[in-house]
Amino acid sequence: MDVVQLQSRLSEYLKSLFNDGTLDGQFLQLQQLQDESNPDFVVEVVTLFFSDSEKLLDDLSSSLEQPNVDFRKVDAYVHQLKGSSSSIGAQRVKNACIAFRGLCEEQSIPACLRCLQLVKQEYLYAKNKLETLFKLEKQVVAAGGSIPSLDAGS
Amino acid sequence: MECCFDPQWPADELLMKYQYISDFFIALAYFSIPLELIYFVKKSAVFPYRWVLVQFGAFIVLCGATHLINLWTFTTHTRTVAIVMTTAKVFTAAVSCATALMLVHIIPDLLSVKTRELFLKNKAAELDREMGLIRTQEETGRHVRMLTHEIRSTLDRHTILKTTLVELGRTLALEECALWMPTRTGLELQLSYSLRQQNPVGYTVPIHLPVINQVFGTSRAVKISPNSPVARLRPLAGKYMPGEVVAVRVPLLHLSNFRINDWPELSTKRYALMVLMLPSDSARQWHVHELELVEVVADQVAVALSHAAILEESMRARDLLMEQNVALDLARREAETAIRARNDFLAVMNHEMRTPMHAIIALSSLLQETELTPEQRLMVETIMKSSSLLATLINDVLDLSRLEDGSLQLDIGTLNLRSVFNEVMCLIKPVASVKKLNIVLNLAEDFPEYAVGDEKRLMQIILNVVGNGVKFSKEGSISITASVAKAELLRDTRTPEFFPVPGDNNFYLRVQVKDTGSGISPQDIPKLFTKFAQNQSPALKNSGGSGLGLAICKRFVNLMDGHIWIESEGLGKGCTATFIVKLGIPEKMGDTKFPLIGQSAAKRVQTSFPGLKVLLVDDNSVSRAVTKGLLLHLGCEVTTVSSREECLRVVSEDHRLVIMDMCVSGVDSYDIAVQVQDRFTKRYERPLIVALTGNTDKLTKENCMRVGMDGVIVKPVSIDKMRTVLSDLLEHRVLF
Repeated sequence: MDVVQLQSRLSEYLKSLFNDGTLDGQFLQLQQLQDESNPDFVVEVVTLFFSDSEKLLDDLSSSLEQPNVDFRKVDAYVHQLKGSSSSIGAQRVKNACIAFRGLCEEQSIPACLRCLQLVKQEYLYAKNKLETLFKLEKQVVAAGGSIPSLDAGS
Repeated sequence: MECCFDPQWPADELLMKYQYISDFFIALAYFSIPLELIYFVKKSAVFPYRWVLVQFGAFIVLCGATHLINLWTFTTHTRTVAIVMTTAKVFTAAVSCATALMLVHIIPDLLSVKTRELFLKNKAAELDREMGLIRTQEETGRHVRMLTHEIRSTLDRHTILKTTLVELGRTLALEECALWMPTRTGLELQLSYSLRQQNPVGYTVPIHLPVINQVFGTSRAVKISPNSPVARLRPLAGKYMPGEVVAVRVPLLHLSNFRINDWPELSTKRYALMVLMLPSDSARQWHVHELELVEVVADQVAVALSHAAILEESMRARDLLMEQNVALDLARREAETAIRARNDFLAVMNHEMRTPMHAIIALSSLLQETELTPEQRLMVETIMKSSSLLATLINDVLDLSRLEDGSLQLDIGTLNLRSVFNEVMCLIKPVASVKKLNIVLNLAEDFPEYAVGDEKRLMQIILNVVGNGVKFSKEGSISITASVAKAELLRDTRTPEFFPVPGDNNFYLRVQVKDTGSGISPQDIPKLFTKFAQNQSPALKNSGGSGLGLAICKRFVNLMDGHIWIESEGLGKGCTATFIVKLGIPEKMGDTKFPLIGQSAAKRVQTSFPGLKVLLVDDNSVSRAVTKGLLLHLGCEVTTVSSREECLRVVSEDHRLVIMDMCVSGVDSYDIAVQVQDRFTKRYERPLIVALTGNTDKLTKENCMRVGMDGVIVKPVSIDKMRTVLSDLLEHRVLF
């Protein structure tokens, strides 16, 4: 495949991620911050997000399995996850976190566990999509092209 | 000479002897008198005629000498003796004549001395009398001063009066001294104070007695008869000859009498009567100075009494004020507590209510995405609809309370008017078509495309008004007309409180929504904009709504300096809702929105900030990395820390800016701001502190301002926003 085709495939893929709500405008801001002085900014940040989130999700699971669940701690973890996901623009993860926080107020363990599952699902979905995106970007760069920048409007 | 004559009878010897002796004693006397004279004159210092005395003395001495020498002439004597005798006699004759002549002058003088002495004695007696008078007067004056002092030394009414009577009684040695005060009705005088009787009770006399009128008619002390009713205070015993009685009026001055330029008017005609009685059987009479004393005292008492009255008034007023003060303070504190309680409640409910709503809405929308059976889908849709309605209701109530206490601020920005109306149409058309209503939108030809105002709230107003039109119409059509209001048409006699002031930068948008629905009866129209007041007609009971919509609309319209009103011909005749709001005229294209930072688009914005040292505090690694990347992109030199302790360790005057993410978990970030500030003694050394937060509410902003932060940035932050923020901060040193 030639560069142009690869680039158009990349653009289409990115657009689809916006359309299904996986990503929001914040991700575009991240992309804008990537320049010659900081060529792998997006990848670095997203990788950081992955490691951070995985740790948080593990912590969440173990907290909810405690005999006496400390909902304040759970809420704190979810808050962190919400912060991270909103920083990179992972919209669905963020929304799931918001819902999760609501359930923490209720202090209902089964509901929280179910919501945790949901959050995990969303996270894995987003991770999957982003990893694919990066793979496509690598392909474009390998083929000698540059990553097209998407403007905020579309 | 003697021997030639008749023989001497033997008696001659005796005669001779007696003569001899007498002459001797005469001589002695003659010699001793001047000695005595000299002695006594020497003793007295004031005898004016010393020379006369000398003369007299000489005369006497010489006479004595003559008589003495005479002693030798009884017998035969020598010629020497004769010569001596002659000399002596000659001298004596000379001196005696001289003395006789002198006495002619002197004796009248001496007599006149006597006259003068008598005269002086009389004069002295007169002066003594006068002295006595003056002394008496001076004593009287002293008594008056002392009395006045006693009277004025207290501000208590009873003490004043009692003291007056006691002191007067003492000074003038009175038998009885009494004070009659007018009763409340003013028709009688009541015995209020008396010297001899401790608690006088029951004595009253009518005020219009001639004797009393006489006393009240003059300011002088008047002698009255001891038999008059005011003087008959003690049982009349036959043998007593009652002493003279004097009465004087005491004006009871009222506060309002004291005018600045005039002497107090004594036309108030309220007087008390003071009666003074001399001791009976004493034959004393009232002297003029005593009467004067009494008059003076009466005046002083009047003054003292009014002072006492004034003081009482002012004390009472002060006590009243203090009470009121305390009550007001309490009320204020209660009100403040109530307000604080309400604000706390709102703050909590704000969060508490919205969070579960978010959860419900988010989860149900997520649920909708999953595989559902039709019944399940219907159920989920119902849940969605109900929860949206509830969310709207919650927002409305919270908005309304914010609107009421004035804390709501409009989000001013550029908006596209046409698209606003188009959106409204899009939203309302489905509902209208379900009800088979026709909606028509008329925009005037000169309708501006862009304006400056709060887009969200404007849409809310239009939606509400149009929505009401749709809600309350069962059939027919709704027409929406929007235009720019002309100045002459703005002033409406029906709305006198509305004073539109068209200016250069703004215009008034007029929107009218006519519907052919059920209309409103005229008496219900005023209640429309009252919150929670529902239209009670049974046909509309099912249309739902909280009754808040129009109330909120009215508040928004007022915030936009506008006016909203509804007219209806009556039930069944449809109604017309009209509102006018003030919108701004946008300057030129390219105006972008800066809700929290301000209209700074026209200003030059720095695109890069090389060398700007920034300290970033954020405990979330991902968001820290993102913000750091953002700042690096703008050319800053960024140091990142992830905790409060690290921040305090690392911060130094090299850093010009500290950006703090407010989600630093569990810790009060305001605290860190204060601690950072405390580190730097000089203001210009201190770095600017800016908070980064996801909260848009006023409380966060206020808290940040309170701890002395220089700005607040709301997440999510775009590159442009950060650029503008940094530019503003560096230029103005403050973002608020």
